[in-house]
Amino acid sequence: MNAPWAAVLLIGCGTIAIKAAGTVIVGGKDLPPRVMGLFEALAPALLAALVATQVFGGDRELVIDARTPGIAVAVIAVWLRAPVLVTVGLAAGATATARLVV
Amino acid sequence: MSFGVLARAAGMGRVAPVVMSLTTFAGSAQFAAVAVLGAGGSAVTAVVAALLLNSRYGPIGLSIAPSLRGNGAARFVQSQLVVDESWAVANLGGGRFDGRMLIGAGLCIYVAWLAGTIAGVAGGDFIGDPAKLGLDAAFPALFLALLAPQLAHRRALVAAVAGGVIALALVPVARAGVPIVAASAAALVGWRRR
Repeated sequence: MNAPWAAVLLIGCGTIAIKAAGTVIVGGKDLPPRVMGLFEALAPALLAALVATQVFGGDRELVIDARTPGIAVAVIAVWLRAPVLVTVGLAAGATATARLVV
Repeated sequence: MSFGVLARAAGMGRVAPVVMSLTTFAGSAQFAAVAVLGAGGSAVTAVVAALLLNSRYGPIGLSIAPSLRGNGAARFVQSQLVVDESWAVANLGGGRFDGRMLIGAGLCIYVAWLAGTIAGVAGGDFIGDPAKLGLDAAFPALFLALLAPQLAHRRALVAAVAGGVIALALVPVARAGVPIVAASAAALVGWRRR
């Protein structure tokens, strides 16, 4: 078996296990309120981390590039309570435009 | 689709990328693995990079766990449909998730992802760079739009700010994926403050 195939199989099995772990162990049970509070804060923390790293994350460095104006436009759109699809479209458009100009 | 094109360019052949989309179903990890292999890295390095990236599905899986019903097998299937996007759109705020939305969105993305990979592998050389269309800004914008309504509660706001700061602080020093996992610690910060 060559390297790509070994990697494909190992990554596949590992990912399935990681995704299943949390849900199979905890799922289906009602949790005490204090623990639920933890879960409540987990989603915003992870979402914010995804936004931050996808906008400013480079190859082991923080970068400001064409994605920055895109997210800036998205912030304004969210502030003005634009629909989600409009927000996403405006952000992509702003980033694409910034790439054209620079 | 871009995954299929890139994977072929990295010398993975035609079948391996499709099998990978079938079993792994996590775009960022697949891109990372292909990038490592394409740059001449070993299979071990590719596996470590991809699994670290996917380790975020540990806390993400935990976050949806209380909202999933059904027996172990049903929850297992649902958990496999979790990707960043399906998880985000199923997020109702307040720690609750819409299980059916998760399955619906997850299945749609899965089919599209698989079809895209096959199309890309089959020869999507005409397709330009998705970055040209600004698609790399589309996903963070989507996540931001889904995050915003949750920030009404002070705890959620604290957790979000802390999570973002932790993730950014770790980007220069940690492998990709690690900053996201570490950001889940921000949920603890809010917990202690209460």
